[in-house]
Amino acid sequence: MEFLVSPSSSSGIVPSSRWLLFYVAAVFSFLYLPIAVLIVYSFNGEGVGGFPPRHLTLDWYRLLFTDGAIWDSFLNSLQVAFAAMAISLIFGIPAALALDRAKFPGKALFRRLVLLPLILPGIITGLSLLMLFNMTGVRLSLMTIVLGHGTALISVATTEVFAGLQKLDRAQEEASLDLGANYWQTFWRITVPNLKLPIIGAALLIFTLSMDEIAVSFFLIGRDNTLPLEIWGRLRRGITPEINAVSTIIFVFSLATIVLWYRLNARAEGMAEIAAEMMNDDKSV
Amino acid sequence: MFSRTYKLIVTLPPLVWVTAFLLVPYFLMFCYSFWSVTPSQTILHSWNLDNYKELVVKTTYWQTLLRSMWIAARVTIFSLMLGYPLAYFLSFYAGPRKDLLYQLVIIPLWVSYLVRAYAWKTILGSEGVLNTLLQYVHLTRHPLDFLLYSPFAVVLTLTHIYTPFAVLPIYAALEHIPRNLVEASHDLGATPTQTFWKVIFPLSIPGVVAGATFAFVLSLGDFLAPLLLGGPSGIMISNIVVSLFGAAYNWPLGAAISLGMLIIVVSLLFVSERLEKKWSFS
Amino acid sequence: MASPPTPAVAPTARTPPDTKPILLSIKNVAKTFGGNAVLRNVSLDIAEGEFLTVLGESGSGKTTLLRIIAGFETASSGEVWMGTLRLDLQPPYRRRVNTVFQSYALFPHLTVEQNVAYGLRVAKRPAAEIAQRVAEALDKVKMTAYAKAKPSKISGGQQQRVALARALVNRPRLLLLDEPLSALDANLRRQMQVELKSLQREVGIAFVFVTHDQEEAMVMSDRIALLRFGDLEQIATPREIYSRPATAYVAQFIGHTNLLKGEVRGGIARCASLSWPTQAPGGPALFSLRPEHVRLAGNAPEKSPEKNQGVRTRGRVVHQAFHGATELVRVACVDGLVLLARTAAGLVVKNEVELEFSPLDVVPVRESRERK
Repeated sequence: MEFLVSPSSSSGIVPSSRWLLFYVAAVFSFLYLPIAVLIVYSFNGEGVGGFPPRHLTLDWYRLLFTDGAIWDSFLNSLQVAFAAMAISLIFGIPAALALDRAKFPGKALFRRLVLLPLILPGIITGLSLLMLFNMTGVRLSLMTIVLGHGTALISVATTEVFAGLQKLDRAQEEASLDLGANYWQTFWRITVPNLKLPIIGAALLIFTLSMDEIAVSFFLIGRDNTLPLEIWGRLRRGITPEINAVSTIIFVFSLATIVLWYRLNARAEGMAEIAAEMMNDDKSV
Repeated sequence: MFSRTYKLIVTLPPLVWVTAFLLVPYFLMFCYSFWSVTPSQTILHSWNLDNYKELVVKTTYWQTLLRSMWIAARVTIFSLMLGYPLAYFLSFYAGPRKDLLYQLVIIPLWVSYLVRAYAWKTILGSEGVLNTLLQYVHLTRHPLDFLLYSPFAVVLTLTHIYTPFAVLPIYAALEHIPRNLVEASHDLGATPTQTFWKVIFPLSIPGVVAGATFAFVLSLGDFLAPLLLGGPSGIMISNIVVSLFGAAYNWPLGAAISLGMLIIVVSLLFVSERLEKKWSFS
Repeated sequence: MASPPTPAVAPTARTPPDTKPILLSIKNVAKTFGGNAVLRNVSLDIAEGEFLTVLGESGSGKTTLLRIIAGFETASSGEVWMGTLRLDLQPPYRRRVNTVFQSYALFPHLTVEQNVAYGLRVAKRPAAEIAQRVAEALDKVKMTAYAKAKPSKISGGQQQRVALARALVNRPRLLLLDEPLSALDANLRRQMQVELKSLQREVGIAFVFVTHDQEEAMVMSDRIALLRFGDLEQIATPREIYSRPATAYVAQFIGHTNLLKGEVRGGIARCASLSWPTQAPGGPALFSLRPEHVRLAGNAPEKSPEKNQGVRTRGRVVHQAFHGATELVRVACVDGLVLLARTAAGLVVKNEVELEFSPLDVVPVRESRERK
């Protein structure tokens, strides 16, 4: 029955680790309290706040499904997210390849610029693009939001794929060239399959980040709202219980994505890599 | 091994994109900050230092900037205080449940920023969960009004949002510490507490610096939480920028402030990079 | 082990024996990485069907040379020719050269069969031909049973075979092998040495085999090219490189040797109190004397009948090391010289011994270049 005794919990540091356990439990409660409140009150008949919750109801969900504006903005967000994902991958993967294997003057600056939006507050990315579109006379629309998200999220694709490339055995690609495949064939037959997890991971992450993005979109919005901006508009007007419902749905979808990712086992590494990458700027310079 | 054409093909497209949508816009921001706006709300492309003069002279901007930095500093400290023990526990004590607990840290990151900020509003409002709970159990008779629309609410919400961001790099740094160093320390007679302060903590500093930079920079530039939960006393520097680009219609002044923020952020990144290098020994 | 009279400097067989046509010519190839010379003007020819081993320690440039032939590195100067084709100007995928990588570099997402078929697929060969050639290649390395397995599911030795099949199925004119046996344990390694050699005879194409293991090189090669700090020290058959090392480094790297530092004057070499006739030119000189050419005379009576033929000295045994069939005896001579002698195992060696060697076995060698 030895497997019942976890080796790490019996390593002689029990007194301090018990306090640590309480503390960690408290931190987790803090992290999950708002989410729990959200879910509970999405079923609360009284709507806003108010303790204890009473009158279990599905009214808010019913209201939600007949709400045209929410649906429209949701569809807009979907379009934006797919387009942003495509742009980020199309430009982010080559950027990772360039950082990994090309040498050119200004590479260090290029690297910092690509990664900057990862840590830059969205307001700066949003405003600088707003000025660009204003100067060049581009009308604000979902398209400008796509460009904004693409610009901000290329960094995500680049960090994820770059981390994957660092782990990729260079001999794999050499073997392919050696066996007569040219660079293009090698890229599709060897590089991409080897980077499958980072690429899928990046795609999922970009998709969810784009679905949720508000700081950049805030400045680039045209006539059509994205879902977060639609929600934002309603929040500004006051607390509306159907937001609880829509938030719960988003949460469930996010959770499903996490489970998907967890299955792929890339998510955990991905975030840690992004975090490590943020600061560890000079690995390849 | 890679031909010149290959390198050109992978370098050129992202380089063009980055130039067009990052470099040029930052440059435009720089230009705007030296222009001015007429009373009839057209932007004059005449170069002057008026915006910067105004920033130096008017104390509102300075006070708001300082308040923003103070809020960001508190968010950073609280995120580290919550995040470090969590990361430490995950790395050293979680045992077989490590992966699961790690996922539990990640999950809140997937929940929309907006939704989380809004959830705090539901909790902290005068008709909110916390106040009605306190009255329900007869701890208070009237709603506590300092909870919402205050810097407190902003700090609390931002701490909630950025704690997972602090946990991740700290956890990564802790995971990189070879376990035989801890064993060596015990072997040489150090107690667990001594081992923590003399071995584990110093080696985790790069992660702490990264986590702190994350929390500080992102909360410094936040404008949504203050708008939603901050009230008049919780206004941050980005809110001023937002209004300058909106109702107040003074893009040049807004650009000058944004540029200042950009410079602050980039210098912070520079400093934290230095710090991390200094503290990483591998 | 009687050697013929030694010329002043052992010949270096840069070109293979005349009988076989030359397949590949490496001409003055040099490579620098950021100011560090990894290869310095290396020239050598590889014959059709030859088994050439590039031997050297880590940092000798042996892998770089291989990668230049394969096309993964570009030489800083020099040329590589295959017949009338300037090979070094071709991208790796247009060279009729294939490589067996050090860690095999099998594609983890493809099955054994798909790995072997890879080269034919990208060359867009007809499906029927691919199927047939892949089956043949797998059969040749006895891996048919594992055709559908992923590389991670088979052992190191099996991966090795698949890597071989994957390279050979493309019918290259030259096969490059980058320390392919280094990951295997000693037994499997010896077995693979034999298999590789017989496979090479069977397919009849030239192999360039990179290794740091001198024993492996001796066992397998037609010729050995010994590199050191980017210099080609010597290229010769295993026998020649052993019996007539060109430099002090070669003599020490391959087997054991006694390096004698002395002076030649008027056809007589002197080292400590010893002297012997030599054809080496006058001036300071360096000689290599293999331990097996040093006879322990101490066990025999003082007045040996061969006394007049050899060079003799006396000394005290300081160390004796068992090497299986033989033993190495370290003797400190009266004049301060320390000599190694090889004797049959089990011989009872006295404390005080007399040593003897023939001047014919003393090979003059060049001083090796110091590392900068």
